[in-house]
Amino acid sequence: MTGAGADISAMRSSYAQAPGHRFNVGDRVAVKSVFPPGHRRTPWYIRGKHGVIERICGAFPNPEELAYGFDGEPAKVLYRVRFTQKHVWPGYQGPGHDVIEMEIFEHWLEPDDRADGDAKP
Amino acid sequence: MTKSFDYYAKRPHDHDHDEHTPQSETEGPPSEFEIMSRAMQELLEAKGVVTADQVRRRIELFEEDFPYRGGRVVAHAWTDPAFKKRLLEDGRAACSEMGIELEAERLIAVENTPEVHNLIVCTLCSCYPRALLGMPPTWYKSRNYRSRVVFEPRAVLREFGTLLPDNVTVRVHDSNADMRYVVIPMRPKSTEGWSEERLAGILTRDTLVGVTVPEVPGKE
Repeated sequence: MTGAGADISAMRSSYAQAPGHRFNVGDRVAVKSVFPPGHRRTPWYIRGKHGVIERICGAFPNPEELAYGFDGEPAKVLYRVRFTQKHVWPGYQGPGHDVIEMEIFEHWLEPDDRADGDAKP
Repeated sequence: MTKSFDYYAKRPHDHDHDEHTPQSETEGPPSEFEIMSRAMQELLEAKGVVTADQVRRRIELFEEDFPYRGGRVVAHAWTDPAFKKRLLEDGRAACSEMGIELEAERLIAVENTPEVHNLIVCTLCSCYPRALLGMPPTWYKSRNYRSRVVFEPRAVLREFGTLLPDNVTVRVHDSNADMRYVVIPMRPKSTEGWSEERLAGILTRDTLVGVTVPEVPGKE
């Protein structure tokens, strides 16, 4: 150590900044079925449901951090995900081709690797 | 800042709600958020960051200019297919072409077709394309609309007088995060040759949220 002026900028870190996006348009995804406390933009009714990526909106400051006065960095990739209504609401009264779409941040999504998903767009 | 609670309670309400509509916030003492908002504005004024007139002007824009922007943009899209394509690709950039700056709002335009009808809601709060449509109507913010439109959209549409056959896909958009939405309704056939200004006249707020479809006056 050389005292208070030690250069720590060259120290290595295992942290990797969010590299691009994990999912592509058309990918089948599942919304995580988790219920952490705090400010979340993932509606309860969609947690645990399966859908298809409709579009990639870009990266946005993380609202779960912004809500508490942090700067929202690193930004999180935001997707629009399409779900069939009959999958989201088993008692849905309308036809099977009706859909609901919403924005889900990447860290709320995981690949849907079921053989035959419910969520055909 | 040692003013009492009563000081804030007695200040006139000069902001954006319609005083003819019964609203619970006007019935009791101001909410904590209302007091915080007031206090913040006073601080900003005291520090010279904003003036009361700037705030007033902003509210006026929301009420007198912004509500008509959506109709203008969609009327332009109806008459210019290349513009419509750009509007569907990047709503904010397309609005900017028309001199309409949406500031922080990211806009997604969704197009109604003979096969698909689009409908906008925000179940978590009441996100709304304010820079394009002004302040959201009371029903849009109501718990009734926000909770029901996601699971029985066709019943809600019926209540707005909009009947859709089963072969039309109802596509509900929950505006739950950073994007804002506007519907591009189908242009009625009988409006051929209309000017953009005249077209904008039938593009009401409700048609751009998707709870109804444009109607040509005098036609049943």
